[in-house]
Amino acid sequence: MANEVCFRNMDQERPWLLEQYRSRGGYEVLTRILQEKRPPEQIIEEVKASGLRGRGGAGFPTGLKWSFISRNAPGQKYVVCNSDEGEPGTFKDRDILRYNPHQLIEGMVIAGYAIGATVGFNYIRGEFWEPYERFEAALEEARAAGFLGRDLLGSGFDFELHSHLGGGAYVCGEETALLESIEGKKGQPRYKPPFPAHFGLYGRPTIINNTESLASIPVILEKGGEWFRNLGVENSGGSKLFSISGNINNPGVFEIPMGTPFSELLEMAGGMKEGRRLKAVIPGGSSSPVIPGEQMMELTMDYDAIAGAGSMLGSGAVIVLDDSNCMVRILERMSWFYAEESCGQCTPCREGTGWLYRVVHRIESGQGRPEDLELLDDMTTKIAGRTICALGDAAAMPVQGMLRHFRDEFEYHIEHKRCMVD
Amino acid sequence: MGFKNAPMVTLKPYQAKEDLFPPEVRAEIDRWIAKYPPEWRQSAVMAALRVVQEDNGGFLTEELMDRVAAYLDMPPIAVYEVATFYSMYELKPVGRHKICVCTNVSCMINGSDRIVEHMEKRLGIRLGETTGDGRFTLKEVECLGACGGAPMFQIGNKYYENLTPELVDSILDGLE
Repeated sequence: MANEVCFRNMDQERPWLLEQYRSRGGYEVLTRILQEKRPPEQIIEEVKASGLRGRGGAGFPTGLKWSFISRNAPGQKYVVCNSDEGEPGTFKDRDILRYNPHQLIEGMVIAGYAIGATVGFNYIRGEFWEPYERFEAALEEARAAGFLGRDLLGSGFDFELHSHLGGGAYVCGEETALLESIEGKKGQPRYKPPFPAHFGLYGRPTIINNTESLASIPVILEKGGEWFRNLGVENSGGSKLFSISGNINNPGVFEIPMGTPFSELLEMAGGMKEGRRLKAVIPGGSSSPVIPGEQMMELTMDYDAIAGAGSMLGSGAVIVLDDSNCMVRILERMSWFYAEESCGQCTPCREGTGWLYRVVHRIESGQGRPEDLELLDDMTTKIAGRTICALGDAAAMPVQGMLRHFRDEFEYHIEHKRCMVD
Repeated sequence: MGFKNAPMVTLKPYQAKEDLFPPEVRAEIDRWIAKYPPEWRQSAVMAALRVVQEDNGGFLTEELMDRVAAYLDMPPIAVYEVATFYSMYELKPVGRHKICVCTNVSCMINGSDRIVEHMEKRLGIRLGETTGDGRFTLKEVECLGACGGAPMFQIGNKYYENLTPELVDSILDGLE
């Protein structure tokens, strides 16, 4: 039971073409909705019933997010897709853009219809040039076929969709930073409330969803919310794309039902490289706390199971680490990332991420001090929860996870000025 | 609530916009401007900087940023803010080929250090530097979202994945 939703076309040749998409019933859901003039509330109810939760990492219920928009408010509203895939370890939205762009387009048009928006933007990270070109070509095809533009299929509903390219900033994956970025500014997150549903792009009501969330919509509406929900498990409806990388034989993106045992996912990914031992797994992108290998082998891939182990499913980016890895070095690299990517707006994050890095770096370089681990513990509590956006938390959580599960490695480093892993 | 959101327009919009850039550059910037509401020309600033940078051999100058500001009716400072915030804009000259090599976790544990070391040796430069002949710049970047093909780098618009020192050699040999 794999490849049912975003990857349902992966067996086709050149699956990104309109004719291929249509040969599998693509744009039929949109056509029916427009012809029947289906009440938007019904669409939102169906999405709610599907149990779809935001696939970008936060896991917020998509249908609920849509219902926050007051559809009849006058003036322009927007649908924004977040294809700023930047959470280290995540590489699934790139594949949707490259291989299934029409399903995303169809999902965005339906989202526009559901909330009464006539314009959409797909924010694609600037480095994704090939995916961007693929998406642009799909937009042209869709426009020519009458699925974008004015008076779609004679329904009276207009929808225009544009790409916007990012410029290289992790923080723009945060939804309000992304909106600022489309407005031609530095990508610094906004205070919330007000939330984008009330005050979004250009100050107008906006829904902003991840690429995978929006690309799931056509299939949910074709087969029904209940069908989608039943693919997964309690609280984690549907199937999901997992990007799995690290010390494994066959890294890649796999669409599997929520609730699939991690051990099965690891097997699909070819198992451990060179037959080494599984040491640890970062289950949901580099911001999610690490989980020791033995514990991970008992877990299933869904929101509740991973949260129950003190981590989070995040974007479904699974980084597999074998026993050749020094956890201090891994954390040093991750901490460098957050220090680099902090937007500089909030003091705890701007100063704290650099500080975290410097302390982990000195432990890694054999300059660690006995009090450093307590210092790190303390610092994480002074960053997390004290910033406008979640980047501060994202920087603190990997430190907390590493110190919870691999404290002995850090202590060894400090005491012996070298690594316990050869 | 006091929330407001208005474009940072200049008081006196620059009139002779057609003198600012060659026609093909203007045409490309205009294509982006057309996507956004008319009063939000500044939404095209990221695209404009990218187009202008590309046209200028891969980097921006203060003069070019000022021209982008004039073209989009923005205060120059607002353009500098954008150009300095995002990592893909270059404010100093770069080589003909900018090699953006990822060293984040998935690439790191799959040997990105070895790739960096190999390139540093071959090109005789360190990360962040440009070769004397102006051919190559080596830049360390954060996760480019291609961890399934780690280690990887990007040159120009193209991703190269599953790198080995031998593959790196053949890629670099193929570039003028």
